[in-house]
Amino acid sequence: MYFRHLKDPSSLWPGLSASELTRRQFLKLTSLAGAGLTLGTMLPEAASAAGAAPLATPFVRIDPDNTVTVISKHVEAGQGVWTGLPAIVADELDASWDQMRVESAPAKVPMYGNFAFDPKGSVQGTGGSTAVANSWIQLRQAGATARAMLVQAAATQWKVPAGDITVSDGVVAHAASGKKATFGELAARAANVPVPTDVKLKDPSQFKIIGREKLPRLDSHAKSFGKQQFAIDVMLPGMMTAVVMRPPRFGGKVVSFDASKAKAVAGVVDVVQIPRGVAVIGRDMWAAKKGRDVLQVTWDESAAETRGTVEIMKEYKRLAGLPEAVTAAKVGDAATNLKNAAHTIDAEFEFPYLAHAPMEPLTAVCQLSPDKCEIWAGCQFQTIDQVNAAMATGLKPDQVVINTLAAGGTFGRRANAESDYIAEVASIAKASGGKYPVRLIWTREDDVTGGRYRPMNYHHVTAGLSQDGKVVAYRQRVVGQSIMAGTPFAAMMKDGVDPTAVEGHAGEQYDLDNVHVTWSQPKSAVPVLWWRSVGHSHMSFSKEVIMDELAEAAGKDPVAFRLALLEKHPKHAGALRLAAEKAGWDKPFPKGKGRGRGVAVHESFGTVVAQVAEVTVDGDSITVDRVVCALDCGIAVNPDVILAQMQSGIGYGLSAALHGKITLTDGRVDQTNFHQYTVLRINEMPRAIEVYVVPSTNPPTGVGEPGLPPIAPAVANAVRAATGIKLRKLPFDLAAARTAKA
Amino acid sequence: MSIKLTVNNQSHELDIDPNMPLLWAIRDHLQLTGTKFGCGMALCGACTVHIDGQATRSCVTPVSAVEGKSVTTIEGLGTPSGKAIQDAWVNLDVPQCGYCQSGQIMSASALLAGNAKPSDADIDSAMAGNICRCATYARIRNAIHEAANALPAAPTAVKG
Repeated sequence: MYFRHLKDPSSLWPGLSASELTRRQFLKLTSLAGAGLTLGTMLPEAASAAGAAPLATPFVRIDPDNTVTVISKHVEAGQGVWTGLPAIVADELDASWDQMRVESAPAKVPMYGNFAFDPKGSVQGTGGSTAVANSWIQLRQAGATARAMLVQAAATQWKVPAGDITVSDGVVAHAASGKKATFGELAARAANVPVPTDVKLKDPSQFKIIGREKLPRLDSHAKSFGKQQFAIDVMLPGMMTAVVMRPPRFGGKVVSFDASKAKAVAGVVDVVQIPRGVAVIGRDMWAAKKGRDVLQVTWDESAAETRGTVEIMKEYKRLAGLPEAVTAAKVGDAATNLKNAAHTIDAEFEFPYLAHAPMEPLTAVCQLSPDKCEIWAGCQFQTIDQVNAAMATGLKPDQVVINTLAAGGTFGRRANAESDYIAEVASIAKASGGKYPVRLIWTREDDVTGGRYRPMNYHHVTAGLSQDGKVVAYRQRVVGQSIMAGTPFAAMMKDGVDPTAVEGHAGEQYDLDNVHVTWSQPKSAVPVLWWRSVGHSHMSFSKEVIMDELAEAAGKDPVAFRLALLEKHPKHAGALRLAAEKAGWDKPFPKGKGRGRGVAVHESFGTVVAQVAEVTVDGDSITVDRVVCALDCGIAVNPDVILAQMQSGIGYGLSAALHGKITLTDGRVDQTNFHQYTVLRINEMPRAIEVYVVPSTNPPTGVGEPGLPPIAPAVANAVRAATGIKLRKLPFDLAAARTAKA
Repeated sequence: MSIKLTVNNQSHELDIDPNMPLLWAIRDHLQLTGTKFGCGMALCGACTVHIDGQATRSCVTPVSAVEGKSVTTIEGLGTPSGKAIQDAWVNLDVPQCGYCQSGQIMSASALLAGNAKPSDADIDSAMAGNICRCATYARIRNAIHEAANALPAAPTAVKG
């Protein structure tokens, strides 16, 4: 949750609070602070045409054709919100699942703000696995409110007491009189019912749709028939396509450019300079790309990163030992207890830069007029995108209209403080005078070499055991660039620490008496960003690998050793026990040639996930045969989506563990496309992934990211169990690790 | 230069560069956007179409190479194996972000057309050219098996 340490995000982006509309929205919100969300979020929108009017509230619209449309304030990027959010509404509404539809909300705060980011909802955005959690009460209220209005409309029409009316599976009925009506038949009358302010929400035991084992996704059909519209599919009359030439080294700037050859390419209509590079605009993608191929740009690289990642890692190791490191967490006295420990483990870990590489490369469409900038994109941070598009075009944020489309994956990439691709398309529209709508497409090469990577990291962990096998000290030095520093998010750093750099450390996750975690912040022009599960993506690895090595040194079973340190972490313990039980951990693992089994448990974004991985090592290759996954995510809103997200997090995490790395040589990115930035393919997906959910009545927490952090350490622990080889550098390189061991 | 294309049984005559990849011709000039751009180097499979029934990467196929041939995109996929694959995809809720799925479906339907009962190994081999960053791979395997089971068995050869 990126905004969790922030008191007033509205102060972050200049222009955000300057907007009159925004200020009025803040006033409105302030006045509602004591009344909860109900009034602010449930007031019907202005009624549409008379006659066949829908019942329309900001989050639910019931049309005369009997469809119920949920307005999603979150982008659907594959994580299932277009199904999970409608499920929450449908249950309180007692709708039939067949009548549910979904559409994207406009950009509008605080109405569509994310209340997990900050309590005022001043930023609309999706991230930190918050979509279901922050919509949970809001959408239940929206569903219950609409239900009450339908019931009241029926009571008035039928002249019966509202209390005698039932609603089930999309039908409103009065048993005594035999009267029945659909939602659609009642919608127009219900729209005129005063909005109730005291609706009662269901007891979780009454849920019928929430928790249903198989709830068909609302987007599966469109996505299986080529009909889902992504930003790259937007076709506006007269639209041109642009590609941008960006600096070959991060931090480079345009000095001058020669567009003569580019302009000579058939179909190229213009070449314009923008703050981030030079854009070639063509009648179609092919023309724009061919034009860019022959564009000549002279770059100023005086402030550019010119080191390679080998040199950068050397610098990280030097920084780790310096006293300038800031303390991120401190409990007890790790230093003294390390000195007195009976046994210590000292380990260094290296993590590469990682590109998100969503299947839809960054794409956005912009249509600019003197008083309006309209954007079509798979936006992840709508409010911030409005501000950045406004700054690029000289308009006000409320003059930026955002059409949020399905995103072809994002994993964090489409959410950044500078809204890079949104600012680019708006800049191109501005530079070309708004003469035509512009579609910006990043090629895959642009994506892989374009930065905003998961930060490269170096961890140095020293942990100590007492004579009787207890963990007496845990000392960790973390070196990695800050995601927040240098952006408006820096306001969220506390005591000089970027929380996303060290989140999920051992002191948070285990009952330990002596923990000291420090963080050093190296500077580089390589831009970094949150990548699925953010800091947890590397912090989980060193922690869970060290825990396994400590267990072995203590002569304990890895599961039992962890459980002894989780008495104050019952969710961790519950998920770990369930995974171990389902994996048959208590039974001896059949020790075939190269076979091994490993475990890891980690909490991120409020959800605890434990995984047991079974692997086969053959020569230098690792095959993950089976993963048993157990999680505690509170109430399971949509079990099939939870299963899908665990499979997805495991696959995405395995991709990074087995292959993922971005390296630089002399400041230039070595990888350009999927032949060099290799990713997991179907033949490497574990044949068996089993997912079990710990039963819970707690409010739901996220599932988009938490499936990822445990998989790499679980596999590393399994490989060590099979071979004795310690994998401490990602991506895994068995040959190199074997040499290091010898 | 004028290029004649047959896409989903419809003939088109386009005034475009003969070297233009088929992907951009069908997307930008025929407005058939179901076929996706993912890499431009035949590495990810998002752009897969059928050319005379064969799964082909349209991002590296120049339009001049498909003149006189029959191109099928996700919008025109009407073969029995294609329909069975699409039904299974919906039944099992395979898609997540969905961006790669047109290409996955075009590859999977071509696989089934040539191999009525593929094994897991056959599936891995035929589908390894299609990347899914959401890692829907487990469901892709299951959906291909489900589609194979839904199709009427291929006629068995009569002995003697």
